[in-house]
Amino acid sequence: MNTLADTWTWLTTAAHWSGPDGVWNRLGEHLFLTAVCLLISCLIALPVALVLGHLGKGGALAVNLSNIGRAVPTFAVLVLLLLTPIGTYGQWSTIIALVLFAVPPLLTNAYVGMREVDRDVVRAARGMGMTGRQLLLGVELPLALPLILTGVRIAAVQLVATATLAALAGGGGLGRIITAGFNLASTPQVVAGAILVAAFALLVESLFEAGQRLAPRRGREAA
Amino acid sequence: MTAPPDDCLARNEWICGAYLSSRREILVDAVLQHLQLTAASVAVALLLAVPLALAARRWRWAAGPVLGLTTILYTIPSLAMFSLLLPLYGLSAALVVAGLVLYSLTLLVRNILAGLRAVPEETRQAARGMGYGPLRLLLAVELPLALPAAMAGLRIATVSAVSLVTVGAIVGHGGLGNLIYSGMNTYFKAQVLTASVLCVVIAVAADLLLLGAGRLLTPWTRRQA
Repeated sequence: MNTLADTWTWLTTAAHWSGPDGVWNRLGEHLFLTAVCLLISCLIALPVALVLGHLGKGGALAVNLSNIGRAVPTFAVLVLLLLTPIGTYGQWSTIIALVLFAVPPLLTNAYVGMREVDRDVVRAARGMGMTGRQLLLGVELPLALPLILTGVRIAAVQLVATATLAALAGGGGLGRIITAGFNLASTPQVVAGAILVAAFALLVESLFEAGQRLAPRRGREAA
Repeated sequence: MTAPPDDCLARNEWICGAYLSSRREILVDAVLQHLQLTAASVAVALLLAVPLALAARRWRWAAGPVLGLTTILYTIPSLAMFSLLLPLYGLSAALVVAGLVLYSLTLLVRNILAGLRAVPEETRQAARGMGYGPLRLLLAVELPLALPAAMAGLRIATVSAVSLVTVGAIVGHGGLGNLIYSGMNTYFKAQVLTASVLCVVIAVAADLLLLGAGRLLTPWTRRQA
């Protein structure tokens, strides 16, 4: 298990953590890309999904989008965008690719969540004289929240994975440690980078899972 | 000296017929490698997933660890997964297959388990009452009834595998991903677009093929509809 020892040495070498190629900087880039793209994707996907779900329209699109997203290789989209004129504007090709892959799970989960709200509850709210807006914000949204948050969690994990791949197409983030390791033919660096990426992904997943457990109290009481 | 040819290759256009005809062999090889990697990984994953799902259903204590472990594996980004396997497999096709097996496992185990758990207890009791032993019950009743859910998982796993094979380009075994990777480094638009489109075509074709196979294997679900 020489590789393990070498990997440990790589991880505990202070020089590998500082500087523009250091772990801290790459982690910052990764965190920044993930957070910004998650925000953009939520701003795009959630309003659309909430309105479509409220109106009960466009369901086939919202549900099939996830299947389409799965069939299109992330790596291919990253490279395709890089070769278009967008690729010349720094990080934009990476950001667009990340958003493209985060939108489907958000849209699908939020839409399904809205549609799975008990129709009797919706009819009761209508009968009480609630307007469409009150119904959407006061009844449907809180009840759909658990599934919406599931979508956010899946999207966040997806973003961490896609941001890692972006390193293959010249983007920043922790994936760069891995690709640089491959270029240097340094297995310890490749494994060290992979451990960092995996730990980061698992951390994001568990943070969102914990958040999810705290949030939907109201939904559970209603059930 | 003759003037350089002024075709779509020289102009580096996205869509290029000359690329298709002049690189046919490379494309066919890449598609074949892509299919082999996908088929091998899904097949191995299926062989592992069935016993795991059966164990998770048979022994209640096994369900938590099996599902938890496969979920953790699924959360690890593909590039990191391949990299973690590097010390074990080196720069080989086996590395890509092993990585993809670990991803497909999650989807398959979950769906097979869901299918097995959805078999109605009355059906099981009826089969037992007719004198079915545990093995015959499993093979003739439970597994066929779990098939639709299992096939749904198999379709998702296969489509995901087709897409993830491209990441194998990092170790030089990525099927069409190799073409995308080298096309990126040489700014070869026609190659990147052609390989990407072929990936999607393979994914859709595999999905439809499995959908058809699932219908043939479960004729009773059609009659119900």
